[in-house]
Amino acid sequence: MTTLSTGATPVPAATGTVETTYREALREALREALREDDRVFLMGEDVGMYGGCFAVSLGLLEEFGPERVRDTPLSESGFVGAGIGAALAGLRPVVEIMTVNFSLLALDQILNNAATLSHMSGGQLHVPLVIRMTTGAGRQLAAQHSHSLEGWYAHIPGIKVIAPATVEDARGMLWTALEDPDPVLLFEHGTLYTMTGTLPRDAGHVDITRAAVRREGRDVTLVSYGGTLHKALAAADVLAGSGVAAEVLDLRSLRPLDDATIAASVRKTHRAVVVDEGWRSGGLSAEVSARITEQCFYDLDGPVERVCSAEVPIPYAQHLEQAALPQVDQVVAAARRVVG
Amino acid sequence: MAADFTMPSLGADMDAGTLVEWLVHEGDVVHRGDPMAVVDTDKSAIEVESFDDGVVQTLLVEPGARVAVGTPMARLGPAEAPAPVAPAPVAPAEVPAAPAAEAEAPAPVAAAAGPAPAVQPATEPVTTPRRRAARPPARPRAHPASPPVRHHAAELGVDLTSVDGTGAGGRVTRADVDRAAAARHRPPAAARRVSPYARRLAEELGVDVDQVVGTGPGGAVRADDVQAAAVPAARREAPEVAPAEPAPAAPTPPAPARAAGSRDAIAALMGRAKREIPHYYVATTVDLGPLTDWLRRTNRERPVAERLVPAAALLRATALAARAVPELNGFWVDGRFVPGEDVHLGVAVSVRGGPLVAPAIHGAADLDLPTTMQRLRDLVARARAGRLRRAEMAEPTLTVTDLGDQGVEEVIGVIYPPQVALVGVGRVVERPWAVDGMLGVRPVVRLTLSGDHRATDGSTGARFLATIDRLLQHPEEL
Repeated sequence: MTTLSTGATPVPAATGTVETTYREALREALREALREDDRVFLMGEDVGMYGGCFAVSLGLLEEFGPERVRDTPLSESGFVGAGIGAALAGLRPVVEIMTVNFSLLALDQILNNAATLSHMSGGQLHVPLVIRMTTGAGRQLAAQHSHSLEGWYAHIPGIKVIAPATVEDARGMLWTALEDPDPVLLFEHGTLYTMTGTLPRDAGHVDITRAAVRREGRDVTLVSYGGTLHKALAAADVLAGSGVAAEVLDLRSLRPLDDATIAASVRKTHRAVVVDEGWRSGGLSAEVSARITEQCFYDLDGPVERVCSAEVPIPYAQHLEQAALPQVDQVVAAARRVVG
Repeated sequence: MAADFTMPSLGADMDAGTLVEWLVHEGDVVHRGDPMAVVDTDKSAIEVESFDDGVVQTLLVEPGARVAVGTPMARLGPAEAPAPVAPAPVAPAEVPAAPAAEAEAPAPVAAAAGPAPAVQPATEPVTTPRRRAARPPARPRAHPASPPVRHHAAELGVDLTSVDGTGAGGRVTRADVDRAAAARHRPPAAARRVSPYARRLAEELGVDVDQVVGTGPGGAVRADDVQAAAVPAARREAPEVAPAEPAPAAPTPPAPARAAGSRDAIAALMGRAKREIPHYYVATTVDLGPLTDWLRRTNRERPVAERLVPAAALLRATALAARAVPELNGFWVDGRFVPGEDVHLGVAVSVRGGPLVAPAIHGAADLDLPTTMQRLRDLVARARAGRLRRAEMAEPTLTVTDLGDQGVEEVIGVIYPPQVALVGVGRVVERPWAVDGMLGVRPVVRLTLSGDHRATDGSTGARFLATIDRLLQHPEEL
């Protein structure tokens, strides 16, 4: 296993940049954290011997040893609770949960303990915990491994919820999250691990509070995050072919939402399409849409459109799964409807 | 299940309000959101909407009455109750033309607007969704059409009941729908959809949104449509807007230009007034007890749309006084007074965004009180909507500035040259007042006259105010 090339030591490029993947960028961020801060440790199911369910932590056990890269039993509530305890005791745990579906077993720990302790102790107790998990569909893993529940977590005060959608954010968000005195949940979309990108060799930390404009445009704002960013960007390419300049926003932080950046974009374009792999009813897209209406009503030139997953448990069969997920042509159609 | 319609709190500091007029009758069917009454909060007259669906059973408060917040003003019965045959259409709802601006500065009328009931012209289409929902259209006979054609019609916003079918058995075909869509200029006014941004843009550009052809889904008017309409409109208006003479304000050009242009015009005009006109001022306080009593009585017998407010009576009395004291009705031109041929009463109206206009009620001395009321209502509505007619901007012979609804007790105004006088009207307030040796609480108003001392003397002004006072003591003769 250790003989696999894992990008552990990126080959220095003459140009000062390095070709990498989302997965390798996440691993490099973990490696940096483990190396730079001895309070940091990683734990979760199969993160050590197996190298992580999605191979993010491949090689880290060998590099940092079983004290710092710990395999846990199949007990999400138990090991998330242990992480909260370790954070209270002064460590900087990074807890990996295999998928967001399984995180529901730890929801009590996250909602009732991690998110509340700072408030209930009058600020005396902080929980500097980072929980990473995979979210999203598209890999035929069926309904119990494919949902996008990050919007549920974005409902909870007391935690931060971030969603890196680029190689740069995969590399830079973890350190900033570890520096935060309160719990941060980091959602990695399952389809992004193999995405390649170029990073500066000295790529470093990035903020975890602001949305980013990934593509500028004047006609319609496509609001996206995580896995849907790339669908929105693809839709913007298609729209550009017919003379519609779409602006693509990457929310990056789902809690808190960056109202200022969203509103500034919608005030410019006067139209918005929210793309969210979560379900439409009561979802994050509803929240974003409501905020746009609250803040930009008199700048809107049409109703806010939403492109979300079909309201079914994500199917296993590939054609059904793809039919249930937001697709580029749906985003294009929604954008055309609002642009007219 | 009966519900009370109560005096609402329309501001943190409001503990009571005056009912200016009812917009509904007993027996009317009302829906949540329908305007019920105009309430004067001492700051402005505000249309108050119903929170419930139902039938108006009893109106408990008379117009003119001041009641505490929370006081029941009307009783609503269950909506299922036998409704009157034809529910009278309630007064038009205020269309949220530029809600943002309105929210920040409610009812910025500086004028005889006073309690400005139902300021929107009756022709204003009501576009709020809840109002549409409130009146489901009668189910019309549907022409036969296949589902795809139905869907196509829905997409194009074409009403199938209005399409003549050319297919077999009178069936409506896709081509029929396309023809209907092409022939249709715009959907019926009641079904108009205007995006919030388009509405705001129309306001800013001075475009009448009802005249804009919508190209959005279902004929919705969107920003592009407004911009397209604004360009020719601006071109059309341009030559008209360049009068050499400092007209009080040009009503037609786009708002930003209008605001700036009108501020310049006002600056020039008022500068000239204070440079050239030696003003004198006289003032008096008039007991409005008889007037308010009479208005209360007469309004009881009037249909809602024809009810009278004190501001109209004050205008009417001013017009009659101007005829009785013609030395104040006219112009100072080339060093001498030229009497006006008729009484054209200017009514200063401040329009949202600042510009002050003083359109004229022509031949005001010959209009009876109900007509004066009607003209005032119409003028204020159109002034606010930026739709004054050019003729109305032609020079008034005498101007009235009423700042009563802004809470001002006394207005000492500056004369609009070349006029020779200006009447200032303050707010109607209750004051201890001696009548026949007895002290009572009466509604009173402070009237002022600013006079051009070149044309008249203070005694003329005094005679003018005394005439108004005398007229107001016999309101039934107005």
